[in-house]
Amino acid sequence: MTVWLNIILQGVLIGGLYAMFAAGLSLIFGVMRLVNIAHGDLIVLAAYLALVVTQTIGIDPLVSLLLVVPLMALIGYALQRGLLNFTLGDDILPPLLVTFGLSIIIQNGLLELFTADSRKLITGPIEVQTVQIAEGIWIGALPLIQFLVAIAVIAGLQTLFYKSALGRAFRATSDDQSVAQLMGLDTRHVFGMAMALSLAVVGVAGVFLAIRANFDPAIGPARLIFGFEAVIIGGLGSLWGTLAGGVILGVSQAIGAQIDPGWQLLAGHLVFLAILAVRPEGLFPKVAG
Amino acid sequence: MTRVEHATTSSRIGLILIVLATLVLAAAPAWADRLTLRLLAEVFTFLTLASLWNLLAGYAGLVSVGQQAYVGLGGYLLFALTTFGGVHPIAAILLAGPLAALVSIPVASLIFRLRGAYFAIGTWVVAEVFRLLASQLSALGGGSGISLPAPIILAIAPTRSLREFEIYWLALGLTVIVLAALFILLRSRHGLALTAIRDNEVAAQSGGIDVGRLKFVVYLLTAGGTGMIGSLIFLMKLRISPDTAFSVNDWTAFVIFITVIGGVGRIEGPVVGTVIFFVLRQTLADLGSMYLIMMGAVAIGVMLCAPKGLWGLVAERYGWQALPLQRKLVISAET
Repeated sequence: MTVWLNIILQGVLIGGLYAMFAAGLSLIFGVMRLVNIAHGDLIVLAAYLALVVTQTIGIDPLVSLLLVVPLMALIGYALQRGLLNFTLGDDILPPLLVTFGLSIIIQNGLLELFTADSRKLITGPIEVQTVQIAEGIWIGALPLIQFLVAIAVIAGLQTLFYKSALGRAFRATSDDQSVAQLMGLDTRHVFGMAMALSLAVVGVAGVFLAIRANFDPAIGPARLIFGFEAVIIGGLGSLWGTLAGGVILGVSQAIGAQIDPGWQLLAGHLVFLAILAVRPEGLFPKVAG
Repeated sequence: MTRVEHATTSSRIGLILIVLATLVLAAAPAWADRLTLRLLAEVFTFLTLASLWNLLAGYAGLVSVGQQAYVGLGGYLLFALTTFGGVHPIAAILLAGPLAALVSIPVASLIFRLRGAYFAIGTWVVAEVFRLLASQLSALGGGSGISLPAPIILAIAPTRSLREFEIYWLALGLTVIVLAALFILLRSRHGLALTAIRDNEVAAQSGGIDVGRLKFVVYLLTAGGTGMIGSLIFLMKLRISPDTAFSVNDWTAFVIFITVIGGVGRIEGPVVGTVIFFVLRQTLADLGSMYLIMMGAVAIGVMLCAPKGLWGLVAERYGWQALPLQRKLVISAET
């Protein structure tokens, strides 16, 4: 019994990471209907950025967040203003193909710079610390921190979206781009800010990915798929739904892995397809109004 | 009197050139060495994959980044049918098409629930599921893959050079059949409907076209064609593994680059794109991942500066068409 409880708990905790993959994806889709195929590769890029920062300055990976997150936000703003804004329009082909090309460029660029070797960030004693929450059930300090950070990120985005001027601009642009423009919003800038915010979340996710597991230049697309599955499971447009989606995905993978190691990823995909079959609008779709 | 005319001067020249090129290529075993034959067969498979993707994404607006699902499925069907079913390899290739189309029916009914760009990632998930399932098939080599047994290879033709010729002609033949089928489809009234969907989906719908049904049929047809080409590809490779069979780089990234560079939504686009792709590959492939970065950058550049691709530029500038697909109303005096 405790074995299964432990497995489900681990799944829930990794679900927080998936929710962070998903939140950035969901954000830009909400604001500008853009699906960023390079999203997963940008997560890996953030992980490598953290690697370079920790190695050159010699700081702790958790502290490197202070540098990686603003840097990623900057990259996001520049990427949107310099490239992606030119692809937006009625046709869905240009943004898809441009971000697909970007994904190939980032993957192979990282391969050129860092080779295909697996890397990992080392944080120190905190990596092995655990907290006992019940008889026979222990959880790692790092996964716990990561889950709490994920909740904080989602809560922060939720507040920003519904309580701030920038959030109002996001929602207005999302509802009707031309009316938002008529009201004096510079949509190019709003899109830039949305991508900056999305990549800031990607920065957080990338650093935690790098601490938690090995990474190499080729793992980006799988992260994109996890994030995407969490978005669809949770329901489009709902941030808390995204967290639930990530948790469901994490738990399915953990249970699948326990049954047979080869079934870890497959179980996650199958749960996603099952939800798509039964409830295509997701579990917690955003209620109108 | 009015009538609809398809042909133009450029399409008449185009048709003659296509027939000549096909004849020269059919005679290739007489003038080309073994390496050239292999390269040409590979060119044909990419041309067909790109043309099928062009039909799917360029005309029906179904942007898939998961067509490797059907390339790999076709490959595994070849290995399963020949090794366990005792089917002749060439019959297996022809069977792989309808079987892949059959598999695509439940897949389509699931992923058609996703719209636009999310559809694209949905297709990718399906391809991943196929890859993971294939690596669970221990009878077909599991994760590490399997080679085609020698008796099956010998069943194609007894000597090596005969086998090479036969596979080459098979590749050329399948390519001609698939491209001809595409041309006939686009010339038909369904092709007119597809062109309308390409230009404006809402307008096409209001013009009485059953857009959803047509998209479904196009998805099935491309899955079948892609599956057939997939099994041909792995008959040429003689070895299959989940990672090569369901490779997103080989069967989707390259195919998309070819179509985008040549021209999305035009039947000539993939032909131009394939030629450029292979010229670049033969000259730059030694650069390894730098070469892929350049391909990505070229595709982004083309998408931003000339979204209709190189053939799109030519077609708009000079009004050329290599195949008689345009419809032109000819009004002549009554007699």
